[in-house]
This record gives sequence, structure tokens and C-alpha cells, in this order.
Amino acid sequence: MKKEDIPQDLSALGKITKEVCYATDDDGKYQTALSSGWNVKIDALDLAWSDIDKRIAAAKQKVRNNEASPIHFFMEYRLMDLSILADYSGFWQWQVKRHLKPDVFKKLPNNKLQKYADAFNITVEDLKTMTVHED
Amino acid sequence: MKTEFEHRQAAHCESGVISNLLRQTSGGKMTEPLAFGIGAGLFFAYIPLIKINNGPAIAFRTLPGHIFSRTCKSLNIPIIKKRFFSKESAEAFLREQLDKGIAVGCQVGVYYLPYFPKEYRFHFNGHNLVVYGYDEDKYLISDPIMHEATTLSSYELQRVRFAKGALAPNGQIYFPKTATTITKEQIKQAIKAGIKRNVYNMLSIPGSFAGVAGIKNTGVKIKKWLDKLGLKKAGLYLAQLVRMQEEIGTGGGGFRYIYAAFLQEADAYWPGKGLLVVSATFTQAGDMWRTAAVQAAGIFKGRLTNQQDFDKMGDYLIEIAAVEKQAFETLKKIKWD
Repeated sequence: MKKEDIPQDLSALGKITKEVCYATDDDGKYQTALSSGWNVKIDALDLAWSDIDKRIAAAKQKVRNNEASPIHFFMEYRLMDLSILADYSGFWQWQVKRHLKPDVFKKLPNNKLQKYADAFNITVEDLKTMTVHED
Repeated sequence: MKTEFEHRQAAHCESGVISNLLRQTSGGKMTEPLAFGIGAGLFFAYIPLIKINNGPAIAFRTLPGHIFSRTCKSLNIPIIKKRFFSKESAEAFLREQLDKGIAVGCQVGVYYLPYFPKEYRFHFNGHNLVVYGYDEDKYLISDPIMHEATTLSSYELQRVRFAKGALAPNGQIYFPKTATTITKEQIKQAIKAGIKRNVYNMLSIPGSFAGVAGIKNTGVKIKKWLDKLGLKKAGLYLAQLVRMQEEIGTGGGGFRYIYAAFLQEADAYWPGKGLLVVSATFTQAGDMWRTAAVQAAGIFKGRLTNQQDFDKMGDYLIEIAAVEKQAFETLKKIKWD
């Protein structure tokens, strides 16, 4: 890539910091230069997030329909899969799977709910009521 | 408490951390491309069985942590690399080094990294930064991705050092054991070792998931994605490919431009070995990766929807595989003295 071809489209990161690129000058010699972003990868990231947003919305509906516990919603919200949540909460994956069932979730004691709340960085109350505070 | 350390922005976190940590002892000779090339950073792997954010795992670089180990090994610099069970001992050990005036590299997860924009915070645990001092509860942080140095509270730092999930850092900390001077000859020999290692990784790893065979194989597979996955999922997979290739930390073109820059610098240490010609081939490969990314964007934005478009996408990767294969075979044939 030539230095003058470095794209300067504004990405979410570009608002905070520009990123270093390696590009060639007129003599073909490599130099570093700054880029504020490139539309192709901005679109790729946007697509990833629109997919995540859809998954979060679907999870919310499932919890409302009493087909899953709020843990399912917060897993999607925190971009976690079973293994990541198991690692953060200290539960085994099979336990997390059980706790995803609404009836099992309703009977969970407070100390177990607290582990999930800590894993999601929220309060137990928020967990039970599926409340989100932007952070 | 502040160690003698100068923050400099880099393209890629790990090679940026290494070049920043070794800048002083190498008398300014250790640049980011040198660290990347000596550490045999260039790679390709496609592992559909491992899922990352609901997509296949795709890598354009070697495993996190390996570049540092390899670079220091090739330079004959003894290192200290440590993981921890307890958060308390991880912080105590960190303070101990800072009090001795040693700046250290830390592996962290980016999900809870507060200065990163939300859009970039995934559960990716292979990020690297330097801690170069502290001021009461604040740690002084040099994140190579960021233009300016920054700070983290001890809680914030602890949370990212003990991020969970794949590649969990477990508080991993690393730094050169002694501040020995790095000579030109040391770098020269390390360049040779790094290129040889990278030739092996790209040409000789068995199976078809990694190296140039991996690129070719992925190209063949992409042609079947429309039938196999459907347009929507195939689009998400291609977006994943583009992000791994171009997102922050790659220097553009799936690290191929950094590698081309490395070979240019290497030529000054090994003149007459034809490294400049191979460098130009990697520039070409980087450009081809970017052309492929534009094609991928056409597909995942819904502008290109036909089988021919997927065929073209797959062919791009097959062509790239041929170009990189030829480049690495040229490197393999070099007669080092």
C-alpha cells in the first residue's frame, strides 16, 4: 500500500486515536503513517454489532416468553458464551445450562445469583429484572 | 514511581510492546517490524471448530505471547515470564518490578479495558500493554495501540489482567531479565532465525489449516459457503475474516505490510540476499488481501449475492496463497553465511 492510498474514513476508534499503518513512500521505502479508519472494516464491525444486537433482542424476547432465564439475556449482552460465563462465574458449564431454565433460576439462592451478577458486572436486582445500565 | 520508559505508538500490540521494552538496551535499533519479523509473527490459520463471537477462528499472526518469547530467544536475552493464581500476588510482583525501575509487559483482555471504545471490546485476551510506573492507586500504562500513554486504576488493571475465557492471561507478566546491550550482530543472527522459523510455519506445518496451505484451503472453502451457510451467515464469516485481517493491531493487509517493512530493514543487515525483492512480494500480497477485503465487503453488505461473487472471493485467496508460497520458498532458498 502506498502512503497516499491509506484510507482516512472515520471509525469509532478514529474518534479516540488514529492507528499506525505501514505503507510505502515514493521510493518504495516503508514508513509508518496514521489512519483514522477504513470503510471496509468499519462495515465489517458494524455488521458484527448488528448481529449482536439482534441476538440480544431475541434473547430478551425469550426471557419475556419465559423460555429462558435472564442469564441468557445477559450472556448475549456481555458477548459471553457458556465457557466464558463458566470461567467468570466459577460454575461448571452444565450448571450454567441448568440455570438458564427459568424455573431453576427462580429458585436460585442469593449467593449464587451474586456470582452471576459479579460475572456480568451488574447487581442481583438488575439480573432478576433484566435491567441494563449503560457503562 | 516511574521507570525510564518512553511510550511510542505502534501498529501491533505485542511487537509494539517488545520494541518499546527493548528500545533502550538496543540503542534504538529494535523497531516494531524487526520485533515482528524476528519473532516470526506472520501466520495464517483457519480453525472452524473454534468459535469466536459465533464465527470461525481466523488468525493472521502467531499465537499471543509467542512473538516476545521467540524474539528474546533469538536475541539471546534471558526473560522472566510469569502467570499467577492469585490477584494479590500478581499485583505485588508487578509493584516489586516497578520499584526496581523495570517496565513490564502484561497480557490483558480487552473486554473491560476502559479506554477502548465499546465497539472494539470483545472477549479477546491476547492484547498486550506496558506498565511503566504507578502513582498511588493509578498505574501508568503504555498501550502501543494508543497515541498517548494512559492510566488504569489498580482495580481496572487487575480486572483486565485476570480476564477469563480463551487465552485467559492469568495475570501474565513478562520482561527481559537483565538490561544487556543488544548488538548489531545479535540482531543480524536473530533476523536469520526469525525468517527460518517463519518459513517453517508458513510452508511446513502439517495439515491444511495453517500457513499458505491454510490460505488456499480457506479459498476453496469460501466458494462453498453460499450453499453451505446461506448468504447471511457466509456474510458474517467474511466480515470476521476482514476484521481479523484489518482491525486495529494489524498494520493493514493482515500483517503483510509489517512483514514487508521487516524485510526491508533486514536487508540492511543482510545485503545481497534479495530481501528487498521478497519484501515487494509481501507488499503485493498485502494489497491482494485488501482487494479481497473489498470483495468480502461487497458480499456482506448485500451488494454481491451470486455464486460467481463467492468464486471470485475464493480465487483471491488461492492467488494470495500462490504469491506467499513463492515468497517463502525464495526465503527458504537463501544461503545465509
